[in-house]
Amino acid sequence: MAADTAVAASPEETLESLLREAEALKQKLEEERQKLNDVALSCVAERLEQINFPNLKLRRALKGHQAKVLCSDWSPDKRHIVSSSQDGKVIIWDAFTATKEHTISMPSTWVMACAYAPSGNMVAAGGLDNKVTVFPLGGGSDEEPASRKRTVATHTSYMSACLFPNTDRQILTGGGDGTCALWDVESGQLLQSFQAHAADVMALDLAPTDMGDTFVSGGCDRAVLVWDMRSGHAVQAFDTHLSDVNSVRYHPSGDSLASGSDDSCCRLFDLRADREVARYWKESVIFGVNSVEWSVSGRLLFAGYSDYTACAWDALREARVCVLCGHEHRVSRVQLSPDGTALSTASWDTTLRVWA
Amino acid sequence: MVISIETNLPPSVQALMSTIPSPEESPNYLVYKKMEAIIEKMQDETTGVPVRTVKSFMTKIPSVFTGSDLVSWLHKHLNLEENWEALHLAHLLAAHGYLFPIDDHCLTVRNDNTYYRFQTPYFWPSNQWEPENTDYAVYLCKRTMQNKARLELADYEAESLARLQKMFSRKWEFIFMQAEAQSKVDKKRDKLERKVLDSQERAFWDVHRPMPGCVNTTEIDPKKLSRINAIKAKRLRQCQELILQHNLKNNPIVTITNPQESEEAIQKSSDKRDESNVKENGETSQSQPEIVEPEKSIEQQIEAARRQLAVLRARLERRNVRVSKVAEMFISYCEQYMEYDAFLTPPEWPNPWISDTTELWDQEKQCKEPLPLRRVRRWSFGLRELLRDPPGRDHFARFLSKEFSGENLKFWLAVQELKALPIRRVSSRAKEIWKEFFASDAPSPVNIDAASRELTRAKVESGTADRYCFDQAQAHVYHLMKSDSYSRYLRSEMYKEYLNGSKKKTSVKGIRSIVSFTGRKETSAN
Repeated sequence: MAADTAVAASPEETLESLLREAEALKQKLEEERQKLNDVALSCVAERLEQINFPNLKLRRALKGHQAKVLCSDWSPDKRHIVSSSQDGKVIIWDAFTATKEHTISMPSTWVMACAYAPSGNMVAAGGLDNKVTVFPLGGGSDEEPASRKRTVATHTSYMSACLFPNTDRQILTGGGDGTCALWDVESGQLLQSFQAHAADVMALDLAPTDMGDTFVSGGCDRAVLVWDMRSGHAVQAFDTHLSDVNSVRYHPSGDSLASGSDDSCCRLFDLRADREVARYWKESVIFGVNSVEWSVSGRLLFAGYSDYTACAWDALREARVCVLCGHEHRVSRVQLSPDGTALSTASWDTTLRVWA
Repeated sequence: MVISIETNLPPSVQALMSTIPSPEESPNYLVYKKMEAIIEKMQDETTGVPVRTVKSFMTKIPSVFTGSDLVSWLHKHLNLEENWEALHLAHLLAAHGYLFPIDDHCLTVRNDNTYYRFQTPYFWPSNQWEPENTDYAVYLCKRTMQNKARLELADYEAESLARLQKMFSRKWEFIFMQAEAQSKVDKKRDKLERKVLDSQERAFWDVHRPMPGCVNTTEIDPKKLSRINAIKAKRLRQCQELILQHNLKNNPIVTITNPQESEEAIQKSSDKRDESNVKENGETSQSQPEIVEPEKSIEQQIEAARRQLAVLRARLERRNVRVSKVAEMFISYCEQYMEYDAFLTPPEWPNPWISDTTELWDQEKQCKEPLPLRRVRRWSFGLRELLRDPPGRDHFARFLSKEFSGENLKFWLAVQELKALPIRRVSSRAKEIWKEFFASDAPSPVNIDAASRELTRAKVESGTADRYCFDQAQAHVYHLMKSDSYSRYLRSEMYKEYLNGSKKKTSVKGIRSIVSFTGRKETSAN
């Protein structure tokens, strides 16, 4: 290391040589990566036979929120959905019958994130109150969920994303303070903090791998970071987006991930190749992507846009195959039901819709 | 934030203040710029949308174009695949106020002979308009002074005017005077010019105070708005500090007023229609503790550079896979899982969302043996798939216990469970796991290498065991199961029999999509 030999150098000189070295390494890295970029995914996919893509139709409309729906999450029972809205309400829906089961009033309006626990017996929500609050559901008690709520996590700025990492006992959150954090639900204790984003964290997703010990985050620093939950370190980074990253989602294989950004582009980053391998965009699509989602086979990538539409991309051929029209305002969230039989969309037009 | 400067501040402060808020940081800025690029092309004199002045009866309608001309222009110039796209994009351009129907408050576009007009760049939303209610009151008040049918207030506007008059009762005289002055200036303008200007002003307010039922496109994502508020607050604080330092030297008069505290702002935030207003939440985000970002010292910068170097070196050392190989893996994954993707292959029972029956879910829940072939076959795709499906996990456990190696799976599951426990119970559960699998008299001993065994022991016995104390051992055991027991399981009679049981049942049910596969496999299996 050049820096270590220069004992007598001034701090300024040391810094300069370090930065020079970093530049050289960056260049080398770019060269190495280019060597491995031997062919485009869409070219390889050209040999595939044409398949019939689904013409997804509207099957259910969930109406009941008074303001923008900001987030939603499927219950593991495949038919319930929790949604959170700018009206300060969290609603538990039986999406199959399109009816409300519970309405929870939050202390602050602007409930930016919500999540279902893997057991289906608890939901978590929060937002501009900088907190995550959990609400137990059911369990033989007739009490309203709101009366048994508990605050688990507190960020120093708004809470933008939350999820339960394969257990009801922990919550992973991302916040406007640029950090992600893992919390013990029972005690509210901070188990691990994840700091490397240079700006607000917008989205999180848990790896569907064997151990489930890694997750990914996307933020307003345009970066997508892959984290090791055990060490708290970012282990991989992807930085080709040109604007805020609003959504990140692991490919079902766990070996790659898709992201959506205000640059109106979805990108496919591969963990094995350590680079961007596909880009989903059209010249005529000029609005930002708010949410992305995979189909079970990883053939379809769904995206929800600020232009009131959602669509499905053929992830291999990089072509748009289906557009879901009907929402009357921005689509804030798209999510596949746990068994892959339906796609839910949440929108600023105050409704949620289920497509199949 | 309103900053009134009554002195010559140093350039650094002025530069900083000019960045509150910087337009590039506005969350809607990117979209505005893209739309403006399209609008500019549209306004090209030769290749743009044909704009003309239409004569109708006694009057002239200046500078308009038809909806159908607009839609066909978009269709032709933006390479759109489908017909609805051009109309939808036209609607969005109108909703953002870049063009508007000449006599309709509802900013949308119809693909017919309705007339539309371009908005003047001065009123474009990218200019960061955040018009106050007083401005709106002046505008509405002015409309009532002009005796023209086309300027008559719509019902909702009349209601807004009444509400504003009540709200601003004390300063209504002032508002009235302003409206009067503006109206006088307007009257001096050329007739056609006035028609255009009046409609553009109206369209501006249709964007910022939309008709009930219309989307307010100036609204900002709540997350992004919170972010901008925090940035603004931070910059303002920095400015105040700089000004304070400057004042100490020069002692001029500088005032910074926060509109949040002014009377007008209080009234504004009580105006419920102004949804994009921050309301009570804004104060939460403004008073929240800021991340302190002091000027980094040279030592810290060196430290950061060293860290970056370490990351870069690690990335260089990583062995990455070629894109061609990755592409093959993507394709084979899709092919393998195609029949499990309900959007590409119909499920065994009708899709509940389409058929309105829950048969699919009921069958899955009952777990009646034999299980569907598709499900059992999935266990062979990887150890993860097998362990994720409870009947699969049980079947694998039975296979292992027959082989007298059940402890590996038991240990792996115990560690998975440990990681999911409340933190309070982790330490004691770790001790139990140690006793069960690693202690000298362990009932189900698991073999791991001596080094990681020693490391784990130290942690468990000192009571500092965390959720990851068996991490290495667990990874080792998983690898062992995957490379050894799992492949033997797949080749075992036990799995084959189970699979055959499913096949028979499936062929009875006669599901078309997998009949070909069933036929082929049956001959090879027998």
